[in-house]
Formats: sequence, C-alpha cells, structure tokens
Amino acid sequence: MATSSERSPPPFPDSEDQDVLDSEEVGGRDSDEDDGEDLFMSASSPPLINTDSTPEPASQLSDVLTKPPSDLMNDPLFEPIISQTDDKPAGEAVSEPSDDFFDLINNVTTETTGPAVAEISLDEPSDDFVDILGSETPKEEVVVANVTVEAAAAESEVPGGVTEPFTDGKTGNDAGLEADESSAAPIIDLSGDLSSNDAQQQPISDKIADPLVDLRSNAPLAAEAKKPSVATMDLFEDEGSDLFAEPQQTKSAKQPQKSLFGEPDEDLFGEPLGAIAKKNTSKAQKEKSDTTKAAAAAAEGPQPATKPLEPADIFTEEAVTAPPSISTTSTVNKTNGVNSEADTDIFAEATVELSLDSPRTERKTEVKPSASASTSLSAAASIAKPQSAALEELEEEEEEELEDKFDIFVSVKDPEKIGDGMNAYMAYKVSTQTTLSMFRNKTFTVRRRFSDFLGLYEKLSEKHGPNGFIVPPPPEKSLLGMTKVKVGKEDSSSADFVERRRGALERYLQRIVNHPSLLQDPDVREFLEREDLPRAVSTQALSGAGFLKMINKATDAVSKMTIKMNESDVWFEEKLQEVESADQQFRKIHALVESLVVHRKELSTNTASFAKSAAMLGSAEDNTALSRALSQLAEVEDKMEQLHQDQAANDTFSFAELIADYIRLLGAVRGSFDHRMKAWQRWQDAQAMLQKKRETEAKLLWANKPDKLQLAKEEIAEWEAKVTQYERDFERVSATVRKEVVRFEKEKTKNFKRQIIKYLESQLQSQQQLIKYWEAFLPEAKAIA
Amino acid sequence: MMEEAKDEASVLSVHGDDIKVTEVLKDGDTLTFLIISKKLSGTGEYHVDRTYDDFEWLQQHLFAQEDVPGIQGVIFPPLPAKPQVNASAKTMKQLGILGLGEWQPYCKAMETFLRQVAAHSVLCRNKAVEVFLTSSAPPGRQKIRKNIFNRLSQAVEEMRKEGHKDVDEFFQTERDRNLVLTSCTKTAAEKFLDMVLTEQKIAVACGHFSAALHLLVEPGEDADKQAFSRVCVKLSEVFESMKKNMTSVAENNMSTLGLGLDLESRHQEAEKEMLFRRTCKLVELESTKRNAEKAKPVKKLAMEEVKKAAETEFEHICRVAKQEITRFEKVRVEMLQQALVQWCEKQLLTAKESADQFNKHLQVFGGMA
Repeated sequence: MATSSERSPPPFPDSEDQDVLDSEEVGGRDSDEDDGEDLFMSASSPPLINTDSTPEPASQLSDVLTKPPSDLMNDPLFEPIISQTDDKPAGEAVSEPSDDFFDLINNVTTETTGPAVAEISLDEPSDDFVDILGSETPKEEVVVANVTVEAAAAESEVPGGVTEPFTDGKTGNDAGLEADESSAAPIIDLSGDLSSNDAQQQPISDKIADPLVDLRSNAPLAAEAKKPSVATMDLFEDEGSDLFAEPQQTKSAKQPQKSLFGEPDEDLFGEPLGAIAKKNTSKAQKEKSDTTKAAAAAAEGPQPATKPLEPADIFTEEAVTAPPSISTTSTVNKTNGVNSEADTDIFAEATVELSLDSPRTERKTEVKPSASASTSLSAAASIAKPQSAALEELEEEEEEELEDKFDIFVSVKDPEKIGDGMNAYMAYKVSTQTTLSMFRNKTFTVRRRFSDFLGLYEKLSEKHGPNGFIVPPPPEKSLLGMTKVKVGKEDSSSADFVERRRGALERYLQRIVNHPSLLQDPDVREFLEREDLPRAVSTQALSGAGFLKMINKATDAVSKMTIKMNESDVWFEEKLQEVESADQQFRKIHALVESLVVHRKELSTNTASFAKSAAMLGSAEDNTALSRALSQLAEVEDKMEQLHQDQAANDTFSFAELIADYIRLLGAVRGSFDHRMKAWQRWQDAQAMLQKKRETEAKLLWANKPDKLQLAKEEIAEWEAKVTQYERDFERVSATVRKEVVRFEKEKTKNFKRQIIKYLESQLQSQQQLIKYWEAFLPEAKAIA
Repeated sequence: MMEEAKDEASVLSVHGDDIKVTEVLKDGDTLTFLIISKKLSGTGEYHVDRTYDDFEWLQQHLFAQEDVPGIQGVIFPPLPAKPQVNASAKTMKQLGILGLGEWQPYCKAMETFLRQVAAHSVLCRNKAVEVFLTSSAPPGRQKIRKNIFNRLSQAVEEMRKEGHKDVDEFFQTERDRNLVLTSCTKTAAEKFLDMVLTEQKIAVACGHFSAALHLLVEPGEDADKQAFSRVCVKLSEVFESMKKNMTSVAENNMSTLGLGLDLESRHQEAEKEMLFRRTCKLVELESTKRNAEKAKPVKKLAMEEVKKAAETEFEHICRVAKQEITRFEKVRVEMLQQALVQWCEKQLLTAKESADQFNKHLQVFGGMA
C-alpha cells in the first residue's frame, strides 16, 4: 500500500500526512503535474460538493461532518489545512492556490519526517507565528463547524441542525437548543483528545511544527487564496477574514510580537514533548479565542447575525480550555522570562470577549454549565500538563477525578402499572439529584415508561456505538415477566420481577450518567429532564429474545471477522478473548448465584412453614412452659424467615443482578469491538477499492487514454481521501474502544468492591439480628422445666 | 425414680446412662455399630458391635415379655427405622432427619434408644438387654419371633379400634392429645428437616459460587486486572466462610433440635402404640364382659374367669400406662428443653462466629479501597 510505511507508527492518523504521502507517492510515480493535480483532487474531492453547496452551508457542513467529527486534537491540527484547501479553494475552484497548497503540503511532509522541526521554527519565528495564527484559526473554525455539525448529527437532523447555527444568529431563538448541543459536543471531543494526547505526543509536536514551516513559506499565498473563497460562506467569511486580518495585523502592527511569539515557542519546544503538545493546543485555543474575538469584532458590521452564534459556539469550546490554558501559558511565559504583552493582551481580550459574548447571545445559562463542566476537564488537563512522563496515569486519574466529580444520582422509583389488560405498561419515576450546573434544577422527577428507557438506549447506541463507546444496555424486555404483571397476578414472582427491573433500570441510568461522554448527550438530558418525551417506537426489536439474538449475532460477526482480520493490535486480540471468556464465566456464576438465591428463598419458605408447625405444636402442647417456648420459637422463626428473605433479596441484588448487568455490559463491550471491526473492514474495503482504481489508472496510462485517465485520477483521489478517512475512523474507534474498555474494567472492579462491601455490611447486620433473636429466645428455652 | 435407678443398677452390669454408640462401620449393605458401655464394677468397658438386626432382636425381646404384668402399658423406647445405604425416597422419608446420610445423628439416635431401654425400670430387667450390651458374641440374629406387637399387622387389622370411646377420662384426653401431638410433631420434624436440607443446599451453592469466583481471576500484570482478581479471591473467601457457616448451622440444627424433634415424634408414636394396645385391651375386656353377661349358665363361670383375668390385666396395663405417661411426659419435656437450649446456644455461637468473620472480611475490603 502506498501509505503503509507511514501508517503503522502513529497510533493516531493524521489525514493530512496521509493525503500528502499518498500524493507524494503518486507524485513519485507520475509526473509532477499529475502530482499537483492529484493532490488537488484529493484535497478538493469533498469540496466538489461544496461548490454547489456554497449557497447552502448545510450540505457543506455535512461534508465537514464526514471528516472531522472525530478527534479535535488530531484533526484540528491538520484539518485547518484541509479545510483551507477543501473548502475555500473549492468554492472558487482556484487552481493556482491549490498548487500552493500542495507545495505547502509537500513541505509539511518533509518537515514532518525531519526531526529538526523545533529548530526550524526557531529560525523563522516571525512568520511562523503569523502563520500559526492563520493556520490555527481556521482550525478552530473547523472545530466549531465540527462541533455544530456533531451536535447536529447528534440530533440526527443533519441539514436542519447544521443550518441552524447560521440562521441562529438571525433568529436568535433556536440559539438555546443549539448552544446546548454544541456545548455538549465539544466537551466530549476534548475529553477524548486530552486522554489521547500522550499517545500523540510525538505526532502532535511534529504536526505543530509543520504548519509553522509550511505557513512560513506559503501563508501569504494561502491567505490570498483563501480570501476570495471567504466570500462563499458566512462562517468562513467572518472567521476567515478576521483571521487574515489578524495575521496581517500581527505582522505589520505588532512587530515585536513576533519575536515574543518566537520565544515562547522556543521555550515550548524546549519542554517535554507531551507538554508541548498540550501547550500548543492550549495555545491554539488561545489563539482561536483571540481570533474569534477578533472575528466577532471585525465581522460585527457585516455579519451581525452569524457572529453571536459563532462566538457562542467557539465560546463553549473556548470555555473548555481557555481559562486554564491562559494561566498555564502565561506562567510558562513568565518562567521563561518572556512576558509578551501581546500574549497577555490576547488573553485579556479573550476573556473580555467571553464575558461580552455570553450576555449578547443571551445564552449565559446555557453556556455556563458547559463551561463549568468543562473547566473541570481542562483543569484536570492543566494539572496533568507539567508531567509529560507520567501522563497516561495522570490522565487516568484525571478521568477518575472527573467521574467522582459527576455529582449526579439517578433513582428509579415507584413502579406503577398504567392501563389494563395487555395494553398495560409499567411507568417509573425517574428522579435526578445533581449539583451539576448543566441541569436547570438540583432535583427533578419525570415519569418514564419502560420503552422510553429502551428508546434512550437505542438513541445512544446509534450515536455513540459506532464511535466505539460502550453504551450501558438496559434490561431486556421480558415477555413472560411483563405478561404476569399485565395479567395482574399479584404474586411474589411478579413483584420480584418488577423490583428487579426497577433496580436494573436504575443502575442502567446511573451508569449512563456516570459516563462522562454520555452524560453530555442531549438525549440523556432530555430523558432526565423533559416532562413529556416523545413516545419511543420500535423498541420491539430489543425485546427479550431479539435482544439476545442481536448480541449473539454481533458476537458471531466479531468472531468471523477476527478470522479475516489480521489483527495488528495484540491488545485487542487479547482483550476480545478476555471479554469472551469473562462472558462465559459470568454466565456460569450468574447461574450459580441464581441457584443460591433460589435456595435462600426456599429456606425462607421452609422456615415459615416450620414456624407455623412450631406454633401448632406449641398450641397442642400441654406443658405450659414448653408450649410458651414453642410459641416463642415460632415467633423467632417468623422473624428468621424475614431475615432469610432479605438475604435472598440481598443475594439477588448484590450479585445476581450485578452479574446480569455485567453480562449485558460485556455484550456491549463486544459490540464496541464489533464496531471497531466494522470500521476496519470499511477501511480495508476502501483500500482494496483504491488499489483497484490505481490499477485501472495504470492500465489507462499504459493504453494512453488521457480522457479516461482524468476520471480515473479523480476517482483515485476520492478513494484516497476515503481510505485516509476510514483509517482515521478506525484508529479513532480503536482508541475509543481501548479507552472505554479500560474504563469498563476499572468500573467493574469498583462496582464489585462497592457491592461486596454493601453485601458484607448487610450480612453482618443480619447476623447481628440473628444473635439478638437467639439471645432473646435462650432464656425462654431455659425456662422450660 | 431413685428406687428404680437402684433396681436397674442391680439388674444391669453397666452404667445405663453412659452407653455410647461411637462408631458405625459400613460393610456392604450392613451397618455395624460399635457400642461402648462402662462397667458398674469399676474400671473397664464393654465393647460390643451390633448390627441393626441385633437392635431389632433386642426390641422384639422387650416386646415379648409376656410374663411381666402390664407390659402392654409400657411405652417402649422407639427404635429408629432401619438405615439404608441407598435408601429409596420412601424410606428416606421414614427416616426423616436420620436419613441424611450422616451417621453421627443416627448413632446418636441409637444411643438414645439404648439409654432409654437401660434406664427403663421394667425393660432393663430383661436378660436380653444385658446380653445385648455385654456379650461379645452377637445375640441370636435369626430367631425373631413375630408376636402380637408386630406393628404392621396390628396397624392394619385393628385400625378401627382407634376411635373407640374410652372408659377412663384420663386416657381419653391423653389419647386425643397424643393424636394431635403426633401429627404436629411429625410435621414440625419434617419442616425442620426441609429447613436443614435447604441449608445444606445453600452451603453447597455457596461452595460452588466460591469455587467459580476463582474462574474470574484473570492472569496478567495489569493493575486493574489484579485489583479485580483480588476482589474475586476475597469474595471467594467470603463465600467459603459463608459455606462453612451454613454447614455448621445445618449440622447444629440436625444434632440438636432435629434429633430432638425426631425423637419426640418417635416418642409420640410409641405412646400412641401403647395407648392403642391399651385400647385394644379395653375392647377385648368389654367384649368379654358382654360375653360373660350373655353367656349361658354352663359357660358363665368360665366366662367370668376370663373376664376377671382380662380385668386384672387391663388394670395392670392402666396402672403401668399411667406411670409411664407421667414419666414419659417428664422425659420428653426435658429432652425437648435440652434440644432447644442446645440448639439456641449453637445458633448463637455460629451467628457470632460468622458475624465476626464478616467483620473481618469487611475490614479487608475496606482496606482494599
């Protein structure tokens, strides 16, 4: 494969790299002109659509959506360039700038591979900085776009959702909703990024260096190229123009700033790589804020509509990292003795802008929560910054901290049968207690029926499943159990069923809200907060057997695919095996616990009947003392029965249900592996397709058919982009799955320990109760004579 | 009672209240019990081995003492049902708590039987008892005479006499009470057995769970995995101790109240049989009385004789029976009390022990966090 050599080392793909490499490869094979064209094609293949879509930003964004809804961290660094090449030139279909870009890109690659990046950036401090500004701002822009697009995707109304941001400002009404979503999304991304940071250290630092180098030489051109295109889109216009205004400003007006920039940069590079990565990103954010603000200021006149929206979006983004990053970088600057006025200015401005923006957009409430939620994130991140060596551990800790910080408790109570006959259903009271400011109230209660829980799961798994997240599954639908309830049989088994289900639902919701990413999902919030939820439909697919079948099918698919898949990552291979064996063990253990519970229940009923017969014996007994003792015994045994019953319930809820949960969760884990596999498959398919296209091209070349050759080249470019895209998707999903599995395991241990402690406590209590009973009875027994 | 004890002492050459059934040897389908009794003459013990058949022989001899007046009024100590190595469900049910496959309680039941026989003022006088306890050679195993006390035939042919109205109010109430108590005790013993059985099942289930938890232990250096493995191992220990706890609860239940209820139930059966024998005699007496009245003058005298003899016998029986009932009342209340107290104490002990263990486990888990 063209990119194989490059692909293997970086755990996180950088599209640009690949594009570039691909193109280089192509270049190597073909003539130079071809190279340029190819590149252009590859870069602009998605944008081709954009040309049409310029009037309708929605569709364009949907393009963007396909690319970046992934890692902000990876993408942003390269995306900007892509977006520049993609979107802007595309709008205009400029051929000249495109060449420039390729050059740029070529530079990038050469530099990327070169180790002396830091030095290079030192050599050309001034231009770099301008470029960084330039390059990074568009990045942020893209980020913002992504964010909104993601939010929109989350809404699963891509066009509508996307267009909203743009119309938002004008209407100003939908703003709330939109902000909600966009605020949710970035946090997810960021958290994902932060943790993936360390793994990326090297690449990132390289990448960061790249733009500098590239832009050093080509930025002006790029700027020029972009400028015309700016007009095509609102979004890009106000951002873009500002960006370019900014760079120019900095260049011309703030001459000293360059050096200042150069110096901190130097320092940064002097620091450990991990730190650099982080600082750079934070810087990027700073700059973004800076530009946003600038954009806001500059674009106020022409686009009053778009602006409020944009800043708001960025703002939420910004809020995530800006405050902490400001502090850290400024301290860095201080320690380095390079106290750049410009920097501080920028930050000051940024903060000012923040405060300005929020009231203006009238979304203070919306924005704030996300900001606070995310500050914790970024605060944790900033803590982690200095120690680049122990980053991974730190990040884990940070994650844990975060989880602990999620001060939210969901309880499911008061199961209630609504309706009669076979149309009856159970409704539950879902009460949430939280100190999280993302919720409007501290406590709120809604009524949900069982299918709503399933509906929530469907939504979540649809949205987050493909990304490799382990979405906690709800309890299965039980036809038998529910029919009993429906028929209205008031026996213990139906009560037990309802109670079990209630507990399972509660744990299910608690797991969701404990998940840092899922908690941010608008659907979750809606589920917890909104009074009336639209009725969930087609949950039938999840009912009992169907659900199991689905899981089994997924497992089968996984095992089949494993054979096909030449697993590059031993970790996944091992994990999959572990998960499968764990599943088996859990099933076994579950059966054992269930039988234990059955025996306990039996003991309880037997004790009850013994109590009864003891009472009868007592009443038949002539000897008064013995008779009394026997009646006492009957009472004791009655109490004992209750104790045994409690114990059975305890066994059930501490272990049987916990293990049942984990069997379900393991199914979800396997599902996430499956999703990873699917991503891999898609990538492989795309690669195969690309190969085919290349072969065709070679044939055409050989046959000397220039007209068809052009088409073939276009196709190759298209597929190259796809391959890159899919590979990145795959890597991203892999990373997420990995992270999720680690999280899952941690949670598992924690959960078990917690349950065991609870269990032991209750056991202890029941033993103490037992002792009390017997102690009370002993004198009675002794009194017989 | 004291007097009786003296009598007994003179009759038997061993301490009646120190008879022990210490061991049971299984040889194919036959079970041999090792019986140890202390010599009255001072030091030294008698060690004899007896099969279940030997016990039956002894009982038959006791039943067959037709020369003793009022023997039918005696409440014979009940012999547990014959143990079977591979017992069917039915015999299992008959055996009750003794059929659990554990021989210790069965030995205990046998021991109780022998002690009661030895302590009985009338029965201990039988030579068979002395022979049974002291002779190293096994008593004649084959010659079991089927006599009128054969319970099975009796039960079938004379069931109808059960409801016969009694002439004596004391015996009437005693019979009524006995009837109720018999069924109640039987149910209670059965229920108790169920409880014990379930406790044993729980113990087994705990054991399985504990063993299965080791399956969850994952190898590997990973800190997370190790943490989880530790949790599993610890939990396995918890369940192991729960299993032990449950096992000892079940054992205690069996050896105290279980045995007590079983004995009580057999006691009631024995009393019922005695009362039934008396009722039979009563019926017989009444019929002879009628016969004597109706009899023609020629036979009148003979009939009167028979009537007289029956009357005397019945009186004997009644006298012995009254004594026996009073004695029996006392014995069984004492026995039950002892069983209850022991039971309660053992329950307390195990509960305290397990509470202690839970506490320790809890601390371990607390420390793990």
